[in-house]
Amino acid sequence: MSAGRKLWRMPIVLGAASAFGLAAGLLGDGVWDWIAAASLALPLAVAWRHVRKAA
Amino acid sequence: MSPANLRRWSWIHKWSSLVCTAFMLLLCLTGLPLIYHEELAELTGAEVEAPVLPAALASHPPRADLDQVIAVGKARYPGKVMMFMSQEPEDPDMWFLTMGDHIDDPHFVSIGIDARTAKFVGEPPIEGGGVLQFLYHLHVDLFAGQWGKLFLGAMGLLLLVAIVSGVVLYAPFMRKLEFGTVRHGRTGRLKWLDLHNLLGIVTLVWALVVGATGVMNTLADVLLQVWQSTEVAAMVKSHAGLAPLDPKAPMASMEQSVANARAAEPGMQVAFIAFPGTGFASPHHYGVYMRGDRPLTARLVKPVLVDARTSQVADQRTLPWYLTVLLLSQPLHFGDYGGAALKLVWALLDVATIVVLGSGLYLWIRRGRSAQPKAAPLRAPAPARAGSAEGSR
Repeated sequence: MSAGRKLWRMPIVLGAASAFGLAAGLLGDGVWDWIAAASLALPLAVAWRHVRKAA
Repeated sequence: MSPANLRRWSWIHKWSSLVCTAFMLLLCLTGLPLIYHEELAELTGAEVEAPVLPAALASHPPRADLDQVIAVGKARYPGKVMMFMSQEPEDPDMWFLTMGDHIDDPHFVSIGIDARTAKFVGEPPIEGGGVLQFLYHLHVDLFAGQWGKLFLGAMGLLLLVAIVSGVVLYAPFMRKLEFGTVRHGRTGRLKWLDLHNLLGIVTLVWALVVGATGVMNTLADVLLQVWQSTEVAAMVKSHAGLAPLDPKAPMASMEQSVANARAAEPGMQVAFIAFPGTGFASPHHYGVYMRGDRPLTARLVKPVLVDARTSQVADQRTLPWYLTVLLLSQPLHFGDYGGAALKLVWALLDVATIVVLGSGLYLWIRRGRSAQPKAAPLRAPAPARAGSAEGSR
């Protein structure tokens, strides 16, 4: 894997999850609200795991 | 990235952040309770709700005549004029009237009236009242009206510059590191640099959207003025010779006007009605704003202009793109469109942003101290650069 791909892979995945979550809540109700919250929470969960690992 | 480019972007990141950080901390701190403004208003008893009807009526709830609803408000405030009336999608049993001493009175009152019986229910405090109102003004206009809003909008633009330049700087900092590395140096600085980078990059898209929609919301009044002077002016050309309607003069029946607007947009419900002279209406028309029942169409209201002298539908248009963007900017800034779970995530992302802002400030205050002789072959003025040198030892 190239250095650039390795560097940006995770930020792009988490950015896409955030964007999907922001839109999903707007476009749907009910189960979509939960999907929206979960996708937006994913970046925080990933960050939290890394912070815990380092502590 | 060439050293000259790195210096340039570091300079941009440093100064765009430094100028806006204090205000952004204020916005994040005041925004946190505002995410829960509905719940807090309910807790403090500031929420006005429709009473339970007697059983005989509850099975087939009546619907009050809109002219009667307005008359109840006018009887309560004979000296005031109608500015708006609105209905929440989740509470069709209430009408909220906005009345003021004149048509753009910033010190308006809000009057809750039962939509079934036309009985007065209560007056919700403006912007939640008390502490919530105080936080609201700190968040929206710093108690300085339109100029306060635009100032915070400018600070928001700087935040966007800081975010973008931060992303540009992410690459040279993280090139040699695994994603999410949090190192522990002799000083706290290295750890906080890594946390700044980690939390900054994971909250990137959310922070960009909330920042950009916040800026957009500060432009609401300006955009409405643009709409007034272009499209609304074109819509009311036929009234060119007429003097604007006196807000105190009797106007055409609201019940009839809304019936005509509903016929023009079948299947849609009234979201709010703007009275002649307000930014959302024309000097001669009611602006009746209709919403659909789908999640998205409920947000993207459609205006129907109804002649306030004759109750006839004058024009229906879709909103121009900039007002559509403005309408979508509200939920995307408030985080109030996906229930309790989304609000909680919104609050956590807000806290993460506070950490990014705070750690950025800390890294600037402690700048240079990490530039030990062995670790800093490339001395650079920007705080970010000093950290970079330490990071790549």
